[in-house]
Amino acid sequence: MTKSQIELTINGKKVEALVEPRTLLIHFLREQQDLTGAHIGCDTGHCGACTVEMDDMSVKSCMTFAVQANGAEITTIEGMANPDGTLSALQEGFRMMHGLQCGYCTPGMILRAHRLLQENPTPTEDEIRNGIAGNLCRCTGYVNIVKAIQYAAAKINGTPYQEAAE
Amino acid sequence: MIPGAFDYHRPATVEDAVGLLAKLGEEANILAGGHSLIPLMKTRLASPEHLVDISGIGDLKGIAVRGEEIVIGAMTTQFELITSHDLEKHLPVIAETSRLIADPQIRYKGTFGGNVANGDPGNDMPALMMCLGATYAVTGPGGSRDIAARDFYQGAYFTSLEHGDILTEVRIPIPPADHGYAYEKLKRKVGDYATAAAAVAITMADGKCTSASIGLTNVSETPLWASAAAELLVGTNLDKASVDAAVAAAEAITEPATDMRGPSEYRTKMAGVMMRRALERAQSRAKG
Repeated sequence: MTKSQIELTINGKKVEALVEPRTLLIHFLREQQDLTGAHIGCDTGHCGACTVEMDDMSVKSCMTFAVQANGAEITTIEGMANPDGTLSALQEGFRMMHGLQCGYCTPGMILRAHRLLQENPTPTEDEIRNGIAGNLCRCTGYVNIVKAIQYAAAKINGTPYQEAAE
Repeated sequence: MIPGAFDYHRPATVEDAVGLLAKLGEEANILAGGHSLIPLMKTRLASPEHLVDISGIGDLKGIAVRGEEIVIGAMTTQFELITSHDLEKHLPVIAETSRLIADPQIRYKGTFGGNVANGDPGNDMPALMMCLGATYAVTGPGGSRDIAARDFYQGAYFTSLEHGDILTEVRIPIPPADHGYAYEKLKRKVGDYATAAAAVAITMADGKCTSASIGLTNVSETPLWASAAAELLVGTNLDKASVDAAVAAAEAITEPATDMRGPSEYRTKMAGVMMRRALERAQSRAKG
């Protein structure tokens, strides 16, 4: 089978690579690019641990071939910190609000929340919960993940963070 | 899980894609969003030798009003359906249905054409397209032809498409502005296929139902157009007796499998419940 030449941008860096067409984007990122932040959870498209940003979409990279990302701009958790190395608002939110326990789902959660806040900078709790419906967490019960995203939204918007009524 | 090896092709036009599919033969598959095909390839339930990726064909994307119809390109994603102003204005039931498909990530990649053409009885758009009287435009080795959605579905994963055909666009008659509509879906969790679901479109005048159309999802080998049930509603004021009779007529044409979503009898009853709820909501939205 013929290999395909692909060119894409990953976390702001131009990358050229030769891939087998059957190579999934998650394997390309983890094994050929050494970007192991995106995780393989269920490997069936349900859990969202492999979520990365691809051309202004959140995609499940275990359900996408690397060749389909030819020409795309990809962001992974490794590209989420601020340029000076400090934590982005979402990363800080997950830290401050204890939005993770084991951390396995966190890269996917943060990348998904990133796109959600790009599209809807002031989401309600309900919109956050629907927005992360494609990401499973088996530790937190989601409560602190929702708070982390609310914290990040407030920080980005320059408004005070207000904890939702229990 | 690693899919089997294949050669990858990315044609730029429908003609090139049709030519490739004809040349490569039965071992070639179309790759659209890939969110139905790739899972099958990872579990090796499908092992195509060639994939023809049609995402580079610009003609297949977009939503337009053309005369009395809405035209949706096959490669338009569920996300694009949800955010379309034309659909919000003329056919809001499409966005309502799209929001119930899979999850946000999958809706960015999952295509309208893939959903209607795959022939999976669990997909939501086919019953809605039957309900709305849509027409599918198909291009194949012999040229282009139209197929009515109501004639398209033959069995589970078996449609009127032949090898080498590409669904290019779907045309939907724009309903009257005062029509009532709803899509009601019972599912166990986000991302699940329907235990049962119903699409309803009606028009009302002076409190009487003047037209009705009903589609049912995942309660048979194919999506169902419940025409006899809908006829029982026309001319009535959607009183309880009329609705009961229509629900019974719709339930009578279902043949759901017993599976992890429940026993067959339960799923038939849920089809009736979904239809009843969809009808109530459609009535509340109809302005006639």
